Amino acid sequence: MNRPIRIMAIGCLVMFLALMVNANYVQFLNADELNARNDNRRVLNAEFSRERGPILVANDSVARSDPSDDEFEYQRTYTQPELYAHLTGYYSYIYGARDLEQSENGVLSGSDPRLFVNRVIDLVGSEQPTGGSVLLTIDPRAQRAAYEGLTNLAGNTTGAAVALDPNTGEILAMVSVPGYDPNRLASHDLDEAEKAWQNLNDDPGQPLRDRSREEIYPPGSTFKLVTAAAALSNGYEPDTMVNGSAALTFKGISYTLRNQSGDSCGAERITLTQALAVSCNVAFGDIGRDLGEAALRDQADAFGFGDSDVIRDLPAAVSQFTAPDADPLDEPQTSLSAIGQFDVAASPLQMAMVAAGIANNGTVMRPYVVSEVRGPDLDVLEATSPERLHEAVSSDVAAELTQMMETVVTDGTAGSAAIPGVPVAAKTGTAQSSAERKPYAWFVSFAPADNPQVAVAVFVQDATGVARTDVSGGGLAGPIAKAMMESVISR
Amino acid sequence: MSALGAGFVPRKRRGAELYLVVLALAVGLGAYVGVGLGVSGDVPADVYTFGGGLALLALLTHAVVRWLAPYADPVLLPLVIALNGLGLAMIYRIDFGLADRGQSVGPFAGPQLTWTAIGVAGFVAVLFIVRDHRRLQTYTYTFGLVAILLLLLPLLPVLGVEVNGARIWVSLGPLSFQPGEIAKLCLVIFFAGYLVVKREPLALAGRRFIGIDLPRGRDLGPILVAWLLSLGVLVFQRDLGSSLLFFGLFLVLLYVATERAGWLVVGGLLFAAGAYFSYLTFDHVQLRVQGWLDPFSDTDDYFQIIQGQYGMAHGGLLGRGLGQGDPVMTPYSYSDFIAASLGEELGLAGLMAIIVVYALVVERGLRTALVCRDTFGKLVATGLAVSFALQVFVVVGGVTRLIPLTGLTTPFLSYGGSSLVANWAIIALLMRISDQTRRPAPEVRPLESDDATQVVRMR
Repeated sequence: MNRPIRIMAIGCLVMFLALMVNANYVQFLNADELNARNDNRRVLNAEFSRERGPILVANDSVARSDPSDDEFEYQRTYTQPELYAHLTGYYSYIYGARDLEQSENGVLSGSDPRLFVNRVIDLVGSEQPTGGSVLLTIDPRAQRAAYEGLTNLAGNTTGAAVALDPNTGEILAMVSVPGYDPNRLASHDLDEAEKAWQNLNDDPGQPLRDRSREEIYPPGSTFKLVTAAAALSNGYEPDTMVNGSAALTFKGISYTLRNQSGDSCGAERITLTQALAVSCNVAFGDIGRDLGEAALRDQADAFGFGDSDVIRDLPAAVSQFTAPDADPLDEPQTSLSAIGQFDVAASPLQMAMVAAGIANNGTVMRPYVVSEVRGPDLDVLEATSPERLHEAVSSDVAAELTQMMETVVTDGTAGSAAIPGVPVAAKTGTAQSSAERKPYAWFVSFAPADNPQVAVAVFVQDATGVARTDVSGGGLAGPIAKAMMESVISR
Repeated sequence: MSALGAGFVPRKRRGAELYLVVLALAVGLGAYVGVGLGVSGDVPADVYTFGGGLALLALLTHAVVRWLAPYADPVLLPLVIALNGLGLAMIYRIDFGLADRGQSVGPFAGPQLTWTAIGVAGFVAVLFIVRDHRRLQTYTYTFGLVAILLLLLPLLPVLGVEVNGARIWVSLGPLSFQPGEIAKLCLVIFFAGYLVVKREPLALAGRRFIGIDLPRGRDLGPILVAWLLSLGVLVFQRDLGSSLLFFGLFLVLLYVATERAGWLVVGGLLFAAGAYFSYLTFDHVQLRVQGWLDPFSDTDDYFQIIQGQYGMAHGGLLGRGLGQGDPVMTPYSYSDFIAASLGEELGLAGLMAIIVVYALVVERGLRTALVCRDTFGKLVATGLAVSFALQVFVVVGGVTRLIPLTGLTTPFLSYGGSSLVANWAIIALLMRISDQTRRPAPEVRPLESDDATQVVRMR
């Protein structure tokens, strides 16, 4: 009878081993996956009772954890909520985290592998682990210039503005209006947070949408920079004579592309530089037809269009030259695309990258917003180093484009961004999105043109109180771009 | 049957037991103090009453073993004292959590300590009354009858109460009891006694199939009865775990008694058929299977199993620390899901240690069965050890999502009086058999007078 007992003993051993293997699976192998599930309140509770690291801009913490005497030990506080809402995002018990609060959660909550040594020390000293801090590349003065410029336009203006350091890709300013107050979503009064969430979602201005990077819009005439870059890379010169007439017709198709004014662009034949200065639709429509869809698309992609991962630390919408899975363009569509209409759509961030690429001798640097990751004791764990994204154009072409863009400021549509004593390169845009809606106003620029320190894109989606006919890139967006550039150059 | 080896010198090993009991007490009391430190930052105020109570009980059991079962296995008692102490500490910790959340249930630690005392009293009583386990064999059918009656009790209209869909509770005024726990013990004795008598015919080989002798058709009666009994428990009491446990227990004992692996084949087929049938027929079985395969398909229905998983994952390798996790988020964190609660606060390391302690209890039980000299004792010890192992596997496996969840108590850890009392009785019986087995054989003095007279030891 002992043999079956021994076999039963083996059976019991197998059962206990299975229990142990399974416990290892749940608590070790599969633990990260379970911990990451968004209905896991335990992880959230633990993070809420921990001191979360601050998000720093220059020497200020724009998001920080203050001791709190309610059910959680710390209250997340946003010191300049509206100004930085779309960068910090929110950290809410009900609605989770968003933007940097989400993408940098590992560092801020202290669970990042780079903080491992700190965690071990905390464990040994039985201290609650504390999070590291994240320092942003944002220049607070440029950020404020962008925010105030956009909010001063009119009561309910919607729009966005982005400033980049063209040499590194550092994001110096990134603003979307309307902003919102993340403090209300982070409130530990959950009813209050719920009400705030409801209000934000019901708001017709859609404040939760980040218009600077998560949305794409027709870039209008600012896209002529891309077309001009493609032209210069394909045999055109700044003084090449192009079609400056009042209308562009297409063989066999009853469509006519006209200039905004309805007249010619000064003469039947004008130089490419002149065409850019006056933003001549016919000229660029004609150039686009000449270059063809492929050349235009390649040039757009070289500036970052079609890239789903342009920005390092935050999610970004994919800017497009044509709609995804679109049929090949016919001639009028190609011409319309060349002037930034039809299905061309770009985020303000993308248009700032176009300016930055031209400013940086043709090389687009990958934008980033986190400059340093620091431990709880403030020693730097990782400093971000600049990274090349694409060679958009050759340095010769970049130099030619820069000169042409300077002419846009001195002799063309972008006079509103002129800074005394500083050469500025710019391009305006007024994009017709649809007949019922007011056109979008765009402005992209960089300065100083001879030694660029800042590249800017300003986008005004809808300025209430501004008459439809008064909407123009130069008029509405230009002064904001100017203020942003000045704040960076004068530092 | 192997007798003890010739070189075997019976030793009591009570000193070793005392040392281990002190270690086990350190585990329980350490955990208790740890809870206080984790929850409020200081040593709990009632550490003297609680700790004193636990220490008193532990040392009392040890003294009783010295007196009533001096040759019993020295490891079993410390193992269960460690488990019981750890369970008490964890329940004490969960009381804090429940109070924090303002839940109306609890506190449980006080009653659990009382039940531990009653369990220990039962342990003493079993050792005192059952001086020789072989005498239990005389009451084979009495135990069988008692087991059936106990199983039927919850089905009675006034006494029986349905809790969470399972009708396994008996309620008498303020007292409630799960008779199934005691029935398990009675069934082991009944099965063992029955098989001692019937094992010869049941061992006869019938048809041969892939190298295994299948039993004869006419001998299938008993196993079918056991099978139907289990199905009855499942259908009328909706108690998946007990049903599985009873049938597994009978099957194992049948196999051990007859040494015929064929019974395992027959039983396995019957089990598969029963499982499939109940899956098709009963919603609650389907629910359990679905919650096992894909709990995230319905976060409301499978809330408990999901929370258990989250708790264990949150515990990770070393755990949150006692008092520093959120075990009360899981429904029944103090009873059915106490394994997940322990995994959360003591981590993978702690849970593995607990599983090892359980494995050691089973190992000591099976060792007792191996060296036991009489068939009945062998079968009882095997039955007790294997049912213990099966129960741990079914409940811990269910909670950790190794197998579908079935409602069984976690021996010595989870809150519940019937379970504690029954398990202390099981350990008492194992120690009684072990004591009987390891004690020196009675000296047989050559009798001067009558050659025909034989020595019979009657006590």
